[in-house]
Amino acid sequence: MTQVCKTSKAIGGMGHSMKRKEDGRFLQGKGNYVDDIKLDGMLYMDIVRSPYAYAKIKKIDSEAALKVPGVLAVITGRDLEQYNLHWMPTLMSDTQMVLPTDTVMYQAQEVAAIIATSRYAARDGREAVRVEYEVMKPVIDPFKALDPSAPVLRTDKPGKTDNHIWHWEVGDKARTEAVFASADVVVKEQMHIPRIHVASIETCGCVADYSKVNNHLTMYMTTQAPHAIRTVIALVAGHVGLTEEKVRVISPDIGGGFGGKVPVYPGYVIAIAASFLIGKPVKWIEDRSENLQADSFARDYHITAEMAGTKDGKILATRFKVLADHGYTDASANPSKFPTGMFSIATGSYDYGTTFMEADAIYTNKPPGGVAYRCSFRVTEAVHAIERMTDRYALEIGKDPAQLRFDNFIPKEAFPWHSPTGWIYDSGDYEAGLRKAMDAIDYEGLRKEQTEKRAKGELMGIGISTFTEVVGAGPSKDFDILGIKMFDSAEIRVHPTGKAIARFGTKSQGQGHETTYAQIIAEELGIPAENIQIEEGDTDTAPYGLGTYASRSTPTAGAAAAVAARKLRDKARKIAAYLLEVSEDDLEWEPGKFFVKGAPEKSKTIQELVFAAYTNHPQGMEAGFEATHYYDPPNLTFPSGAYICVVDIDKETGEIKVRRFVAIDDCGNIINPMIVQGQVHGGLTQGIAPAMYESLIYDDDGNILNGTLMDYLVPTAVESPNWETGHTITPSPHHPIGAKGVGESPTVGAPPAIANAIVDALSPYGITHLDIPITPFKVWKALKEKGAI
Amino acid sequence: MAATTPAADTAQKQAITLKVNRKTYKLDVEPRETLLDVLRERLDLTGSKKGCDHGQCGACTVHVDGRTANACLLLAVMQQGREITTIEGIAPGGKTNGQERLHPLQAAFIKHDGLQCGYCTPGQIMSGVAVLRDGHADSPAEIREWMSGNICRCGAYAGIVAAIESVKKGDTIG
Ligand code: FES
Ligand code: FES
Repeated sequence: MTQVCKTSKAIGGMGHSMKRKEDGRFLQGKGNYVDDIKLDGMLYMDIVRSPYAYAKIKKIDSEAALKVPGVLAVITGRDLEQYNLHWMPTLMSDTQMVLPTDTVMYQAQEVAAIIATSRYAARDGREAVRVEYEVMKPVIDPFKALDPSAPVLRTDKPGKTDNHIWHWEVGDKARTEAVFASADVVVKEQMHIPRIHVASIETCGCVADYSKVNNHLTMYMTTQAPHAIRTVIALVAGHVGLTEEKVRVISPDIGGGFGGKVPVYPGYVIAIAASFLIGKPVKWIEDRSENLQADSFARDYHITAEMAGTKDGKILATRFKVLADHGYTDASANPSKFPTGMFSIATGSYDYGTTFMEADAIYTNKPPGGVAYRCSFRVTEAVHAIERMTDRYALEIGKDPAQLRFDNFIPKEAFPWHSPTGWIYDSGDYEAGLRKAMDAIDYEGLRKEQTEKRAKGELMGIGISTFTEVVGAGPSKDFDILGIKMFDSAEIRVHPTGKAIARFGTKSQGQGHETTYAQIIAEELGIPAENIQIEEGDTDTAPYGLGTYASRSTPTAGAAAAVAARKLRDKARKIAAYLLEVSEDDLEWEPGKFFVKGAPEKSKTIQELVFAAYTNHPQGMEAGFEATHYYDPPNLTFPSGAYICVVDIDKETGEIKVRRFVAIDDCGNIINPMIVQGQVHGGLTQGIAPAMYESLIYDDDGNILNGTLMDYLVPTAVESPNWETGHTITPSPHHPIGAKGVGESPTVGAPPAIANAIVDALSPYGITHLDIPITPFKVWKALKEKGAI
Repeated sequence: MAATTPAADTAQKQAITLKVNRKTYKLDVEPRETLLDVLRERLDLTGSKKGCDHGQCGACTVHVDGRTANACLLLAVMQQGREITTIEGIAPGGKTNGQERLHPLQAAFIKHDGLQCGYCTPGQIMSGVAVLRDGHADSPAEIREWMSGNICRCGAYAGIVAAIESVKKGDTIG
């Protein structure tokens, strides 16, 4: 199914694969990223980091550092303490150190900052700072963190007697237990969704530019949520005079965000403090290892997953128990009411009676985790659990996993569907998606081939994932971050000559907003998309919004654009009625003009109507052609997908080859098919990454063992398979343009498809589960243990 | 805050001449300064990007005497007398219809959607141009292998490979 285009190619509304407006500058090396910014008198900051995961700071000696040519200052936690800036809130209302005064809580934690006249001098200064530590035994294994013998890490919290952060539960415990107790079949697996890193190719950084004369801060910053950050800065530093009207956050081009550029990291705050104290612009850019070792971590859920069902394949109940390793503070980027994010979507695409889910979050001596890495707040963990267990159950009863899914899908007539954990799935057609994927890959043929290969002892696996996403946070009744409701905004100004500028509270990091937002407005107003300039990321000019993450831009700001454009179309109708001397009801709209019903020759183009809004508008009507809308979504959107992966495994070496991967996505109506395809390719690549390559490894002392791009395996063109993509289209019934959001579906849906394929290949040898990343060594070891080789 | 008036930067500097994008630059640099930092910070050629500073990502790829190199791994003082080309110097120059004329591979990146955030893109283009010129673009598999030094975290590999293939096949860029 393809998207129907209602506008001409010249207008370029929805459904057109318009080339991206932003490409020109990027291709010529003319993008403007934070590290490209150079201000007069700019100083550079570098950061001394802890080599230990848990240690007391006995002494910081900056004497030698201050003698290094070019070094201006050394800032420590004690310095910030004087201004009460040494701690800051996290997005989950926990607290996080900006710089420590006494204790370091993870390896690579910020210990002191050096300010110098050049990048090299700052690094020299960093090397010259001497810190004396008293090393303590860290808590690394989350399963041991609640042991009575484990040290209590957050002694800064009065009365804290253990490392437990919170307990959360949802569902019907009693009913679920009863179903489990009487079910014919119960399957259970212990799984770990490992700590991974967003590893955007641009690291985090900023230029803090405080002017003493104006008492004003301009913060150029790699942030996906500039407005929220401005508010946070005002909350953290308002008491020293940086109240919100004195702060301007500018988020220039961003080299990939993926959720890692949502939180406020200590480096940003130290740079602000340094600029505030010195009165000059201060640039801080993390290096790659700092980035991989200190921030932007995601996942790290240990899940005990269970499914109960009948002998012939009807799912009856699920149960999930999570141990969430948050590192030393709960800095997750979740909406306030949802400590586990949207994990409760883990009932999946299936229609069954009951579930019970619970989670306990704990502190360990690791950096703060929990960023929503290309995922709507823990959906990835949820989807992995349910999709793995669906296959596990199919294996247990010897049923084809595709058939088992067909037998359990929520039928398309059942939407809107009320999930056992309280979500209202807006729309979906899961059966159509899976059928399409099976046809595309020739599922029957593959199963035959597999039977033949198994007879010869060869390892081939087919894995399915039919997932439901939950994105577009979110309706204000439930969704806020630090109390700010999760609406988003658009402001459209059309100039007298019919060209427009539109500004948004979101911020693209590669998603192509400059193109897709223009297309939405073109669709609604008939002004060619190429005549619509899109601007984001400057809090002084754009309307307030919560930013771009969790696939929320199209569901929220995209909707705001459509509604604002419709307000303008209503105004254009009034002007057209006035100019054509007919009643508004006699007018009909076609993209780009209003005409009189039955007399199409009597018409006014949108450009003529806009011009009239400035030159010849009806008496009593406000002049100009501008509209703003803050969109509060009535519900979330629920994109879905059916993915099938085929792997061949070398029995002797464990080497895994992804032979084919078919991804059928349903993201509702499509704004730009080319951009959607690019987003899907990217998401799939970031899906194969944790499935087969990526995870951060810590030793017992809390040393990170793979904190460079040499050891942390980000897929290259060689590791990325040839993705075969397609769509079904089930428009969201409540979204103004029927779109649902797509950027994250593939990251969420791909890992279980790959894991299921690998386990399917190994299942003849009694292997029922392997934790991701599934490496050749893990496969080889599992086969060896089962005596298969 | 422990502060000081910084001692004058006494680091030993060396006068060098660099030839970048057919232009000659004379400047004083410390022997330890990388070519990448010199390009970006002194010559304001910020098109070459820093993704790792350790030769692990390819974002800083430039051409030195016609061969690809990671500018973050080269010392600027050692590049005297060499022809350096960066992303800013890859297009033929001039304008068509008021738009800067692009290198065919740059145009192919637009057509085949070979980029998203754009941060890895200058490096991808520089590597891609070399892969084409050196005859390593005979199949998608060969292109993938020869482009494997350039990470694209946005995962635009399919578009990157298609763009290189299309230039190899001599597609006219529409
Ligand atoms: S910056 Fe040079 S290879 Fe990464
Ligand atoms: S386009 Fe973002 S890293 Fe390649």
